[in-house]
Amino acid sequence: MTIPNEIQITPDLIEAHGLKPDEYERILELIGREPTFTELGIFSAMWNEHCSYKSSKKWLRTLPTDGPQVIQGPGENAGVVDIGDGQCVVFKMESHNHPSYIEPYQGAATGVGGILRDVFTMGARPIATMNALRFGEPDHPKTHHLVAGVVAGVGGYGNSFGVPTVGGEVEFDARYNGNCLVNAFAAGLADTDAIFYSEAKGVGLPVVYLGAKTGRDGVGGATMASAEFDESIEEKRPTVQVGDPFTEKCLLEACLELMQTGAVIAIQDMGAAGLTCSAVEMGAKGSLGVELDLDKVPVREENMSAYEMMLSESQERMLMVLRPEKEAEAEAIFHKWGLDFAIVGKTTDDLRFRIVHQGDEVANLPIKELGDEAPEYDRPWRETGLYSPLPADQIDEPEDYGAALLSLVGSANNASRRWVFEQYDTLIQGNSLQIPGGDAGVVRVDGHPSKALAFSSDVTPRYCEADPFEGGKQAVAECWRNLTATGAEPLAATDNLNFGNPERPEIMGQLVKAIEGIGEACSMLGFPIVSGNVSLYNETNGEAILPTPTIAGVGLISDWSKMATIGGANDGDVVILLGGDGTHLGQSAYMRDCLGQADGPPPAVDLYVERRNGKVVRSAIRNGQFTACHDISDGGLALCLAEMAIASGKGMKLDIDSEIGPAHAQLFGEDQARYVVTVSSELANFICINAEGAGVPFRRLGTVGGDRLTMGDLLSISVEELRTAHESWFPDYMDGTAAQAGEG
Amino acid sequence: MKSAVLLLPGLNRDRDMIAALTKISGEPPVTVWQTETEIPDVDLIVIPGGFSYGDYLRCGAIAARMPVMEAVRRKAQAGTRILGVCNGFQILVEAGLLPGALMRNASLKFVCREVRLEVVNANTVFTGRYRQGDIIRCPVAHHDGNYFAARDDLAKLEDNGQVVFRYAEGTNPNGSINDIAGIINEAGNVLGMMPHPENLIEAAHGGTDGEALFAAALEIAA
Repeated sequence: MTIPNEIQITPDLIEAHGLKPDEYERILELIGREPTFTELGIFSAMWNEHCSYKSSKKWLRTLPTDGPQVIQGPGENAGVVDIGDGQCVVFKMESHNHPSYIEPYQGAATGVGGILRDVFTMGARPIATMNALRFGEPDHPKTHHLVAGVVAGVGGYGNSFGVPTVGGEVEFDARYNGNCLVNAFAAGLADTDAIFYSEAKGVGLPVVYLGAKTGRDGVGGATMASAEFDESIEEKRPTVQVGDPFTEKCLLEACLELMQTGAVIAIQDMGAAGLTCSAVEMGAKGSLGVELDLDKVPVREENMSAYEMMLSESQERMLMVLRPEKEAEAEAIFHKWGLDFAIVGKTTDDLRFRIVHQGDEVANLPIKELGDEAPEYDRPWRETGLYSPLPADQIDEPEDYGAALLSLVGSANNASRRWVFEQYDTLIQGNSLQIPGGDAGVVRVDGHPSKALAFSSDVTPRYCEADPFEGGKQAVAECWRNLTATGAEPLAATDNLNFGNPERPEIMGQLVKAIEGIGEACSMLGFPIVSGNVSLYNETNGEAILPTPTIAGVGLISDWSKMATIGGANDGDVVILLGGDGTHLGQSAYMRDCLGQADGPPPAVDLYVERRNGKVVRSAIRNGQFTACHDISDGGLALCLAEMAIASGKGMKLDIDSEIGPAHAQLFGEDQARYVVTVSSELANFICINAEGAGVPFRRLGTVGGDRLTMGDLLSISVEELRTAHESWFPDYMDGTAAQAGEG
Repeated sequence: MKSAVLLLPGLNRDRDMIAALTKISGEPPVTVWQTETEIPDVDLIVIPGGFSYGDYLRCGAIAARMPVMEAVRRKAQAGTRILGVCNGFQILVEAGLLPGALMRNASLKFVCREVRLEVVNANTVFTGRYRQGDIIRCPVAHHDGNYFAARDDLAKLEDNGQVVFRYAEGTNPNGSINDIAGIINEAGNVLGMMPHPENLIEAAHGGTDGEALFAAALEIAA
């Protein structure tokens, strides 16, 4: 049976492909004729926001991406950073927001699968993942169902694939009621001299299809991910792909085996827009044409059209340019792992992207223009209004400090995430040194006696909403600080920018200012962005999510035996606050969770101070001088101390001096660049003198001991009571008392 | 003593197991691929954890029917020590080398956490380096570890001392009957257990409680 390619191109059809009339005009200009149906699909796949970054490209270019440690910055499947000894870490974060809202289990699972593929396509064995998840308010009817499905999907894929999940975030806010965020991060380890790229080289060489078969799943997924949602969302379910972690695990092993044979000239995973995007990227990067014969593509359904094959987002697939003399060896490896291996085309010297199906040429397009000539917009934007300063004495004090801390420690956003991370395999590979629950996840560098890598993912969306520039800076600074708090030298970061509809100037303004803030912080902290992803149109019925530029960073620990944790305090240790007293309550968790308010500017980040304080902290950790270290973030000093007490199982007796400033600002203020550390009593003076010498404000707060957290005469709570409050919220919400939230 | 590790597609704690055996015995185990029909002469065969063939059917069901499992069965009958951990335990049960079944966790969720195990029988070739009644630490990471056996089988297991490990009080992560975490066959040479001793054998793991199991099975000089 022949499958028709002659479908009338109408304005409705063009609109249904997410192409604007002027974009279609541009297509006509480029190719000098009306596109075929398949060609229209190819343009729609290449030119949508998700693949082309058409709204953000202008601004992404301003980000710092270089550094002596950077081997590969943005533009490849993942960033590559040197960690010494001939090894490198390969990492990236990517969103799977839209599919996860439509079908949470498979949406999240394939998000994890996609990011893992990005990493091992480059020749790296995945060693760690993280997931930054954001959901609507807990009592919204859809939230419970989304949390359960997304967490199970993340675990279902990563656990089976066999990579430890060592960190991440889970946050609830009403602004995510109509759009949840699933940002998946993966990192892998590779030898610096064995990194694989997507740039095709050589004319007339075989283009090989690897992995799973092509089905109709995910057709049009990238276009769907570039649109807003409305009530018709249920109709989009067929655009979500289905994940098969078993095949992905086999694909990983087969690819790594194949790469060792020297057979691979170029390799690219099939992610968004599948065969189209991977083939065009490989050809365009290498300034070569690509010709594909779709009759050779392994399919799992009959009578698939060229359009469907080119736009399928079936998972666990790769495209490779092969050294022809290695064909037999390469094919044997794939067959050993039970995977498809098919030569589906060749590279050409005519810079055309030609698709042949059943003997007919169904597409013939200029390959460079498909990628490089994608529309680029300088969208109008305007700065969002900023809040006037809000001094702490204008914000209500709690009537009962103990009750306030208990409600913070057990609130939806600050409670323990154990219910989530115990569904992830955090220990597989046997290298996990810190699992979720601390400041950063840490894994050993396999085979090295002392090196380890630290990972953290951070952003405070409510800060970004109140001031996108400061919020962008803060996301970077907090990530950098979390790595520092383990003793790691921050190396580089990946950004996952989640925003609303960029066609609205105020949303575009959030994006522009957040990128500006991220850029400034990354420059100042020597923490370049080496990969990333942009997810726009996170809106439902015109309401946008909070601006959420997630930053995931990687740091290097030279000797993990000196690494700091949040729970290492010993009885008799001295508790020291480094970085100054709390003064700033605007946009704080205290205001949100205890007063039900969101007001004032977010805390400003002084990047000079951040760098200075971090340097002192890292150097002390490397010298083995701290028994525990924790950065101060959401919930301020009080929540930081409560988390340290819970983690160590030890109480603390601390003085709070009301002469210094308002007590609620001292306890709950979210001023930046601060840490709480514990040190043995013999070292306490030394640490304080060191801090003073470096210009870092410090305060001896008290000592570790007993079974209560006591802060002056403001509060005294048993560690057990804190723990119960901290551990209860999530299981109660998911398993029991929150059943009234229902299954949306 | 020499060891071998079975390699089946979808297993993913094979590398952890190989690292543990190498570290404890000083030499890497031989590996045996799914299609092989003979297993070299070794003293211990380990089936590691993971999701063999995706576990899209009942866990371990496909693996149990692979040709290589016939070779394992012959070795088991000949008295070679066989250890199945996690998916390996599920495979041994599916292959009929151990009684009972491993059902979905009672919580219906995957669970990864540290539990405590009571050494119920220290008089086996795997547990001889522990003392009877020892409580050891050990991580679990599974979705289908809820051990079940019919009444008669269970009575036999309990009466014969074939229950080797039990989750210590309050730490049963999956709802298994009688808190069973690991069982041995009647002949005493085939051990299946859900927890992962290979992930607790060195300082970096935060403890070494798993080491004694491998040291005993491989008769490493103490």
